[in-house]
Amino acid sequence: MSAPEGIEMSERKKAATRDAYGKALLELGKQNKDVVALDADLSASTKTILFAKEFPDRFFDMGVAEQDMISTAAGLAACGKIAFASTFAVFGSGRAWEQVRISVAYTRLNVKIVVTHAGITTGEDGASHQANEDLAIMRVIPNMTVICPSDAVEAEKAVKAAAAFHGPAYIRLSRLSTPIINDNPDYDFKIGRGIMLRDGKDVTIIACGLMVAEALDAADTLQKEGISARVVNLHTIKPLDKEIIVKCAQDTGAIVTAEEHSIIGGLGGAVAEVVGENCPVPMARVGIKDMFGESGKPEELLVKYGLTQEEIVQAVRSAISRKK
Amino acid sequence: MTCAAASGHPGGSLSAADIITVLYFHKLRHKPQEPNWDDRDRFVMSKGHAAPVLYAALAEAGYFPTAYLKTLRQLGSSLQGHIDMLALPGIEMSTGSLGQGLSAANGMALACRLDKKTNRVICLLGDGECQEGQVWEAFMTAGHQKLDNLTIIIDRNKYQIDGKVEDIKGLEPLVDKLKAFRLHVLNCDGHDIASIISALDEAEKIKGKPTAIIADTIKGKGVDFMESRPLDYHGKAPTAEEKALALECLRPKGSK
Repeated sequence: MSAPEGIEMSERKKAATRDAYGKALLELGKQNKDVVALDADLSASTKTILFAKEFPDRFFDMGVAEQDMISTAAGLAACGKIAFASTFAVFGSGRAWEQVRISVAYTRLNVKIVVTHAGITTGEDGASHQANEDLAIMRVIPNMTVICPSDAVEAEKAVKAAAAFHGPAYIRLSRLSTPIINDNPDYDFKIGRGIMLRDGKDVTIIACGLMVAEALDAADTLQKEGISARVVNLHTIKPLDKEIIVKCAQDTGAIVTAEEHSIIGGLGGAVAEVVGENCPVPMARVGIKDMFGESGKPEELLVKYGLTQEEIVQAVRSAISRKK
Repeated sequence: MTCAAASGHPGGSLSAADIITVLYFHKLRHKPQEPNWDDRDRFVMSKGHAAPVLYAALAEAGYFPTAYLKTLRQLGSSLQGHIDMLALPGIEMSTGSLGQGLSAANGMALACRLDKKTNRVICLLGDGECQEGQVWEAFMTAGHQKLDNLTIIIDRNKYQIDGKVEDIKGLEPLVDKLKAFRLHVLNCDGHDIASIISALDEAEKIKGKPTAIIADTIKGKGVDFMESRPLDYHGKAPTAEEKALALECLRPKGSK
């Protein structure tokens, strides 16, 4: 619970979730000879290159062929391997969606799809490479576990937790170095269990990915206005922690979600489904509106596409104003 | 089976029937009483709509009672319309969405090679299925990885739902294409048992590259009215009357 309150984003240490993945995968490879890795010509970017250098026999560069990669990973898993398959989020989820659906999820095989360069902060590459829809299209597939870590510490835990259970998982990582917020002794990661980082009584901000840090900053700002905001890190989009969502709705009477993803179908959509069915309270979703991104610096894009603590603060005001 | 289910794919099942028979009753090292035996050969049927012929072989081999075959496509049955590895022991990979099976077979071949196993992986593709782009990604992978523990069989029955494969989007020159993808290529008569066995035997001797066997087959093989009208029996089950005629055709000559 002891999040570093009052520390501005710029003062926090930063690290990239994809770097944490590269190190975690290497560690897993050392521990278990059945861990194998596949990539689709992006190993230097996704950081599977660390594993590839140490274990060349257990690494398969599939070239620019994401569909083939995902089904090949399924075949490896069918023979007892723990197969990590990596590429950019837009290709691992979208290009290979049907392979994920049939080869991996329908078969419940032990394939971990760990993707990087998710969301608008992919930056200069532009709309074609910015996956703003992947959480939606992955969570709709039965048998899938979907995780969007909030920082590098959490990314490492998520990768190891995914390796520890049998079945498919999708883990969504960033290109960018993002603030470290979970580097404290109380931190406890469990798949499917949200973490309350800060308590509050007027509203709950539920966030995932790099928007968790923004949510913490927004809560600081709101406190100065006399608004007490609870902040929940909901790193697992599926299976969703319904219990914590319902409790937050009941306790605080308003919910704001924040994600680096379309407001349609991702974290906000998932939370709205639970809130709407169980305890309707005013809600607002912060995320990318129903539109494609564009080229630009990640920081510029976050501002232009409304992924800032200021947007969260506005959304909180809107949600609270609709409380009865 | 398809008659009882009133749906299914008889044409593409019959074209593969002799190949499947050779595999399950001559070639594959498998243990029907121990479907997850670790050293078994792995058979991936990528053309998942040929489910009926695979189910028939599995039942005859002893994976489950033949009486269960009547439940094909019925609610609650393990005999799904397209094969499902979680529903039925003996199925190595769920398929049905065309084009994915060869990639999975490649993955199995890679895993078996890593584990220094001496078993083989065999993958059956439809010829219409070879229009899927992923199949060619997978051919490229098999060739690049030099998967000589893999045999690919293409059921070249020459028809797909909308017409002749060569009219819809032709595969020829198929042998040249497969060779260009670094595969060893063999041809066989897919309805001649000796010819199928000979090709499968030769494939095992080829080192340093995977082998693709183009099996020349006839859609609806053995049932004269299906052979003459293959387009009518791709995804349509025979009526009760047609079933009786079909069984008459399939019965060995001279028997009753």
